[in-house]
Amino acid sequence: MSYSNLKRVDLIFDQDCNPKEIIKNTFAKTNDQIVNELLESGLKGRGGAGFPTALKWKYTAEQPDPDKYIICNADEGEPGTFKDREILFKVPQKVFGGMVVCAKVIGAREGFLYLRGEYRFLLPELESQLAKFHADLKDLKIDFNIKIVMGSGAYICGEESALFESMEGHRGEPRNKPPYPTISGFRSKPTVINNVETLVYAFMICMHGARKFKDLGTADSRGSKVFSISGDTPKAGIYELELGMTVEQFVDDFGDGDTKAVQVGGASGFCVPRKKFKETIIGFEGVPTGGSMMIFNSSRSMYNVLHNYLEFFEEESCGQCTPCRVGCQQLIKGIEAVKKGQRHANYLEHLQKLAQTMKITAKCGLGQSVANSFFSIVENFKEEMIY
Amino acid sequence: MPEIKELVKNLAGKHGRTRESLIPILQGVIHEERYISDEAMTEIARELDISAAQVYGTATFYSFLDTQPRGKYVIRVCRTISCAMKGKNLLTQEIEDMLKIKIGETTQNKKFSLLETNCLGWCHKGPAMLVNDDAYTDLTSEKVREIISDYMKK
Amino acid sequence: MSKKINLKIDGISVTVDEGTTILQAAKQLNIHIPTLCYHDDLCIAGNCRVCVVEMKGSRTLPASCAMPTSEGMEIMTNTLKVRTARKHIIDLLLSEHNAKCTTCYKNGKCELQELASESKISTESFIDLVPHKNYQMDAYSPSIIKDDSKCIRCQRCVRTCEELQHVSALSVAYKGDKMKISTFFENPMFEVVCTNCGQCVNRCPTGALVERNYLDEVWAAIYNPDKHVVVQTAPAVRVALGEDLGLESGSIVTGKMVTALRRLGFDSVLDTDFTADLTIMEEGFELLTRLKKALVDKDSSVKLPMATSCSPGWIKFIEHTYPEYLGNLSTCKSPQQMFGALAKTYYAQKRNIDPSKIVSISIMPCTAKKFEADRPEMRSSGYKDVDFVLTTRELAIMIKQAGLDFSALEESHYDSFMGASTGAAVIFGATGGVMEAALRTAYEVVTGREVPFNGLNITPVRGMDGVREASVKIEGTTADWKFLEGAELKCVVAHGLTNAKKVMDNVRDGKASYHFMEIMACPGGCIGGGGQPIPTNAEIRRKRTEAIFAEDSGMKIRKSHENPEVIAIYKEFLEKPLGHKSHELLHTHYKERARH
Ligand SMILES: Cc1cc2nc3c(=O)[nH]c(=O)nc-3n(C[C@H](O)[C@H](O)[C@H](O)COP(=O)(O)O)c2cc1C
Ligand code: SF4
Ligand code: FES
Repeated sequence: MSYSNLKRVDLIFDQDCNPKEIIKNTFAKTNDQIVNELLESGLKGRGGAGFPTALKWKYTAEQPDPDKYIICNADEGEPGTFKDREILFKVPQKVFGGMVVCAKVIGAREGFLYLRGEYRFLLPELESQLAKFHADLKDLKIDFNIKIVMGSGAYICGEESALFESMEGHRGEPRNKPPYPTISGFRSKPTVINNVETLVYAFMICMHGARKFKDLGTADSRGSKVFSISGDTPKAGIYELELGMTVEQFVDDFGDGDTKAVQVGGASGFCVPRKKFKETIIGFEGVPTGGSMMIFNSSRSMYNVLHNYLEFFEEESCGQCTPCRVGCQQLIKGIEAVKKGQRHANYLEHLQKLAQTMKITAKCGLGQSVANSFFSIVENFKEEMIY
Repeated sequence: MPEIKELVKNLAGKHGRTRESLIPILQGVIHEERYISDEAMTEIARELDISAAQVYGTATFYSFLDTQPRGKYVIRVCRTISCAMKGKNLLTQEIEDMLKIKIGETTQNKKFSLLETNCLGWCHKGPAMLVNDDAYTDLTSEKVREIISDYMKK
Repeated sequence: MSKKINLKIDGISVTVDEGTTILQAAKQLNIHIPTLCYHDDLCIAGNCRVCVVEMKGSRTLPASCAMPTSEGMEIMTNTLKVRTARKHIIDLLLSEHNAKCTTCYKNGKCELQELASESKISTESFIDLVPHKNYQMDAYSPSIIKDDSKCIRCQRCVRTCEELQHVSALSVAYKGDKMKISTFFENPMFEVVCTNCGQCVNRCPTGALVERNYLDEVWAAIYNPDKHVVVQTAPAVRVALGEDLGLESGSIVTGKMVTALRRLGFDSVLDTDFTADLTIMEEGFELLTRLKKALVDKDSSVKLPMATSCSPGWIKFIEHTYPEYLGNLSTCKSPQQMFGALAKTYYAQKRNIDPSKIVSISIMPCTAKKFEADRPEMRSSGYKDVDFVLTTRELAIMIKQAGLDFSALEESHYDSFMGASTGAAVIFGATGGVMEAALRTAYEVVTGREVPFNGLNITPVRGMDGVREASVKIEGTTADWKFLEGAELKCVVAHGLTNAKKVMDNVRDGKASYHFMEIMACPGGCIGGGGQPIPTNAEIRRKRTEAIFAEDSGMKIRKSHENPEVIAIYKEFLEKPLGHKSHELLHTHYKERARH
């Protein structure tokens, strides 16, 4: 096994800091200073969509509404992603810290952490950490309060507007956009919603300044990122790595020597086949990821992989919009029919066109991203789909 | 029935009676009862002054808000690809054999229900499962037998 | 003035108000974008995705119904990309849809069918999913049939039930491929809080929600030589029926309809207007009696405000939702049921027909009337008072089935006795009409003079606002009614159950005090009833309402108490309003039903 040396970074899990101090120091700065620092750092959202965090905060801050909210998205449901659980387990104070800094910038007095139901076992510890945090805020005379809201087993609630619906007591059906959360989010008020990891990075940037973060990564993908690595690897686990590596470098480090494909970004991400390892960069300039890296070796059937993903989407689609609800059913029934020889192999092309329609007409990111894995697996592993 | 009424009333008292309290109340019922009966939903609808169909529609959206009777211990085995590759099928087989039920079913003595679920967020330690709120990872046949036996004794 | 926005659609420039959607902007240019989940009366869902368009600079195709216009936007509604996407979407809907069009009740009136035919989808390209689904059919309600296999999940019904009616008997349940429209625990519609108003039926684009039809039963009665089939027609039918038979909305087709009914073979063609006038007599006196008891006798058990009781959707709603107010409902049966009770008693006697041989049919703008006719209380003639209720839509179907060229039919008059009408009865069909009719009569009873409104038109209770309040000062009372001298009669009119709820909550919370409330379950009153021709929207309802008031002002007699047949029936049969016979035949009681 060759060993490249992908750069391990230790910003997220670094325990050598005092969150209370950081909050105090950050609150001494002006909002403009904080936003500029974030802008300078180039931090983009770690939840998947990659929106510049500074701008999200800035737009929300500009809204005149007196009621605003900061929400931490801990619904982590993307297959192959488990880093937010680890972050919440190991450094919850930093997550809360990121939230209170955001609250200062946008002018929010209330924050919420939406925790997926599967992580309920984290709740007791989180609650006691939260009590400590609230005590610290009291000391610092900061008027801000966080409440933990539990999910109940619905992947789509990770989508921001579905998450608001869920918090408001409804089915997690994504809303029409615009309006975007910065204008109308939770309770139709201006809202910042950030991934767990994003908030910790923002907090660390407040501590260290933009430089330390910005020096890492590439022009499009600044900084580092926490990866959740699973599948056929001897080193499954959670790693914070500098952004900008190629899949080849990644596989050299984490593969089992027989890697056939890497699914970057979970079920809604892209499948990179061996022949494209070299040219594919992991990051916003290549294949983006919320952190999920699933490694498949040559013993795996990519048909089974795709089938598994499609089953996931078929069930986890909220079901409201036609392309996603029915499209997912058709894709799954379609590949089954081709595999069984009930439909001709060229039916796959018809399905690819359908996937394309889903990509451009579905109401939210879920339906739009089904095509990612569908295309990249069908295109690169066509024989496996047919025979 | 009176207990359900009581339970729902208490939950509504704790979480409030606005629409935003609906899901916390439903979760509270699950915590006590493992499933939400039609009586419970009717009571919730009454407490929150919304229609029973809305309670039903909301509950059925969430896979953890069961509306079917479930056992005291609900086992949810992860079926997503990373766990599937690590032998989740053998694991479910093992549990099915032990409890003499199939996926989706509940044991006669109402002690266990066996379900499959989507990614639990333990892909690096697959196969994984939840028993109620508790996660079990790196499962092997022996480990599963041990865990289930322990629950059987509870 | 609101901000203006300039954009281009298909290369054509257009200026619109800020907040206008792409769909609305396109409409201004007469560019038609197909839609399914969109409905004028409802909030925007944006879930069917049929209305997608191309937007310059956007990777995705936004749904035009949900996307607000913005300055400089360039929209293309007719590109290959749009066409392919739309075709895919319709095709997907078809693959989930039990497309047995030829045997579907909505054949020819289905929006999905129309779109499919427009897109020329020849062979279905996707896998038929219907066999994989466990679709349910609920045909237990006397009013509404729900067939999930025809449902395209546009959620119009759910939005209707929630937004317009505040009932939410229907909700979206489950998610993903299992997502469906469901009642509480998938119980049959007749076991839940459904009011049978049929507003969902009016807005369902497909055959998933339709009225239960009684066409075969009615034809069988007509063809049965032993039966004497009487038919009554509600006021709102005559201003809407034409829409289903190729005429403009707002056409008044009373005379043609009567001819058509005769040609269909009904033995006697009568008018619900007659019992509408009778309702005014009974209800008017009931109100005055309640006022007297409350004001003079200081009887604290008297329930005020008194609410009208002619809308069976409203009745079922209050039975579920405000059972503590059942005593506030007028005990008067609805005109349909008064008619039914009299058809098999008074009419039978006068025409010397064995009541067991009478089949009593009503043509109603309403689906809830079907349920009402089935209520066990509605048998005071000793028989089922109204045997079958047909909607306006079903009558149109019968007319087509009989091969009548409706617009070429001559006009004719209702049969006499129980066929005479007044302007007051006609306006029962529009929101505010019962109130207006009641005031026309009550005021005159109390003062001996006509209501002090120009041309008898009590304009404050007219209009389309959801809740309208009015008060009428009573002056110059006759000796019997002195206690009302100078009193302000406070009235409120509400239509659509969401508005009814607002009024009831105000009454319950003591925020409003009224004497008399007119409440209609359906938006616009009966002209917007759940049995009326589809489609419906504010514009169509406005035209029907105008037609109703035009019919009223064209009538010779415009006050219920002047209806000669009403005068006659009191003389010959009923004796006096609220008399013994009235109580037996024309009044009823209500029952509390579970809220959830
Ligand atoms: C189907 C779907 C699921 C998502 N799930 C998550 C999630 O579990 N966690 C998360 O942080 N973002 C998730 N997102 C992205 C969020 O919508 C949102 O973009 C993100 O929380 C913004 O935070 P960020 O800017 O910090 O990335 C999901 C998006 C979609 C479309
Ligand atoms: S794309 Fe899928 S998940 Fe998103 S709104 Fe449509 S049906 Fe729901
Ligand atoms: S009409 Fe626009 S999405 Fe349905």
